[in-house]
Amino acid sequence: MKKVLEGSHAVAEAVRLAKVQVISAYPITPQTHIVEILSDYVTTGKMDAKYLRVESEHSCLAALIGAQSSGVRTFTATSSQGLALMHELLHWSSGARLPIVMAEVNRALAPGWNIWNDQTDSLAQRDTGWIQLYCEDGQEVLDTTIQAYRLAEIVNLPAMVVLDAFYLSHTYEPVDVPDQDEVDRFLPPYEPAFILDTKHPYSLSPLVTPNAYMEMRYDIAMAMDDALEQFDRVEDEFAKIFDRRYGAVEAIDCEAADIVFVTSGTVTSTGRLLLEELRPRGEKVGVLKIKLFRPFPVEAVRRALGKAKKVAVVDRNFSFGASGIFAQEVRAAICNVPGHPPIFGYIAGLGGRDITVQLLEEIYFDVKGSDTPRKESIWVGLQEVNRAT
Amino acid sequence: MQLDALDKELMCSGHVGCPGCGATIAMRFVLKALGEKTVMVLPACCWSVIAGPFPQSSLKIPVIHTAFETGGATASGVRAALDMKGDTETTVITWAGDGGTFDIGFQALSGAVERNEDFIYACYDNEAYMNTGIQRSSSTPYGAWTTTTTGADWKKLRKKNIVEALVAHRIPYAATANIAFPEDLIRKVKKAKAIKGSKFLHIYASCPTGWRIPSEMSIKIARMAVQTNIFPLYEVENGINYTINYKPREYLVREYFKLQGRFRHLKDTDLDQIQEMVNEDWGLLLRKAGEHA
Repeated sequence: MKKVLEGSHAVAEAVRLAKVQVISAYPITPQTHIVEILSDYVTTGKMDAKYLRVESEHSCLAALIGAQSSGVRTFTATSSQGLALMHELLHWSSGARLPIVMAEVNRALAPGWNIWNDQTDSLAQRDTGWIQLYCEDGQEVLDTTIQAYRLAEIVNLPAMVVLDAFYLSHTYEPVDVPDQDEVDRFLPPYEPAFILDTKHPYSLSPLVTPNAYMEMRYDIAMAMDDALEQFDRVEDEFAKIFDRRYGAVEAIDCEAADIVFVTSGTVTSTGRLLLEELRPRGEKVGVLKIKLFRPFPVEAVRRALGKAKKVAVVDRNFSFGASGIFAQEVRAAICNVPGHPPIFGYIAGLGGRDITVQLLEEIYFDVKGSDTPRKESIWVGLQEVNRAT
Repeated sequence: MQLDALDKELMCSGHVGCPGCGATIAMRFVLKALGEKTVMVLPACCWSVIAGPFPQSSLKIPVIHTAFETGGATASGVRAALDMKGDTETTVITWAGDGGTFDIGFQALSGAVERNEDFIYACYDNEAYMNTGIQRSSSTPYGAWTTTTTGADWKKLRKKNIVEALVAHRIPYAATANIAFPEDLIRKVKKAKAIKGSKFLHIYASCPTGWRIPSEMSIKIARMAVQTNIFPLYEVENGINYTINYKPREYLVREYFKLQGRFRHLKDTDLDQIQEMVNEDWGLLLRKAGEHA
């Protein structure tokens, strides 16, 4: 049924439909709308679940590790400082092979305090062994959250559904909310192979010597590789029932494009508007949306960018001392392809600054007028600053 | 002596604890009291190692090893999941050292008991970070040498009173126990198991390696901690009702201190001062229990 929903509530509807049994949460703007409505669902009986109102994000994820290890489906949501505080347990959840699903609303890291949109929080967790899925609109948020459970439980790895602060979390859009029986057909009950069980007393996550640790890590690596293939299968199954699919990447008008933008999150929608603006003027421009960031869809990125003359990556994030993080990944993906296009890296929209069609257009003509990138990262929209002396 | 506990052992031989380890004795008695329908949450502590490396385990119950500061939180999640599955019978117990309880895990513990999660939190207290090599914790007593309080910098701060901190949360049950008093320990574990809500057990567990004592002195010294009033045996219900289980005063503090290498540097004047501190703490406890010396 079509409903007008906030992005946050699209997440909550998906969590309800996934029949999550334990939710644990700690408040942080801008994810709070998600966990507020879930609290209400549990209190009013719309969901049959336990809701743990814990005293920190660290304890939040620790509680889910305990719950998921006992054999139930779990959920939490966080942002920014909260995700950073969870860092230790992000590694723990993947190392323990627990398919926990989390919604992560991209928010800038302090200092200074800034509650607005910025991807550095989630991207800084790229090495923690979590599947990361970046969403563009409310429907994709709902669908991806349901798919995340299916995918995570197939490969036994945790999954993060990532959405932009405010532009997506607080924006109302029409969203098709599926019926419970349809979701049940897509998402079977959670059946883990190993749980805490007094009849079969396993010891989970114990001391591991150099004799076995490396093999365990290799298994995680294999599972992450497998997630890339399973993602397509999960999307196939989803499309059969719901007639919607997104792809690990979406190549928009990339076939005949000289310049291809690489985008993620809601910037992709701005990119779509850019195409409407520039294509009628004869500009050969395309957009490659990257949805699946971990595992990184290397082959799909290579295919989509192979014919481009130049690539412009728009990063709403930054890795100090390196570059925009999507730019790093794209460079790494295509560096071994002979004759690959030059990669232009643009940093834009940090801390919630707007990325407009006009800004993307400026980037487009900057790329068009340059043979090679003049810098590894070009910061766009910077203002004059009077510095204290 | 006949203990009111399982004949069956839920802790096996072949664990990798040090000779005379008080923490292994504590584990053995606690599991005998709890029985097989028990899930254990094990944050980083000596027992993370003592339990044995993958793929072996010296514990015949399901165990989830977890991060250092998460004892209270991980147990909350396990309890929630068991409840969702309709299993209210299985006991969830967190088994943590003093570092994981008094220091790094204190927030998660406070959070869990404030929510009155239905579980037992047992802290086996060997009064320092023993697993990493005897570094001071906030449980290390006044006067002690550790590898981070050496020479003239021996610890000159009081041990944190963890039971009183838990009592301040007004939890249903908080108690001290000691490996040298197994009947009392087992009675308290069984009592805790029968009570709904958050229960805290503070178990004194001597550490021959860290305390610089011979392993065969482990039980004697643990017993003397009670007999000197350094570690009184008592229990508190609902944060109000105090019961002192043992009123001894059979040894002076200096007799307990003289047996342990970790206190070797202390002068008689230091020991006199420590005796006064112990007397003061004991007096405070008596007042709370409505008793007289």
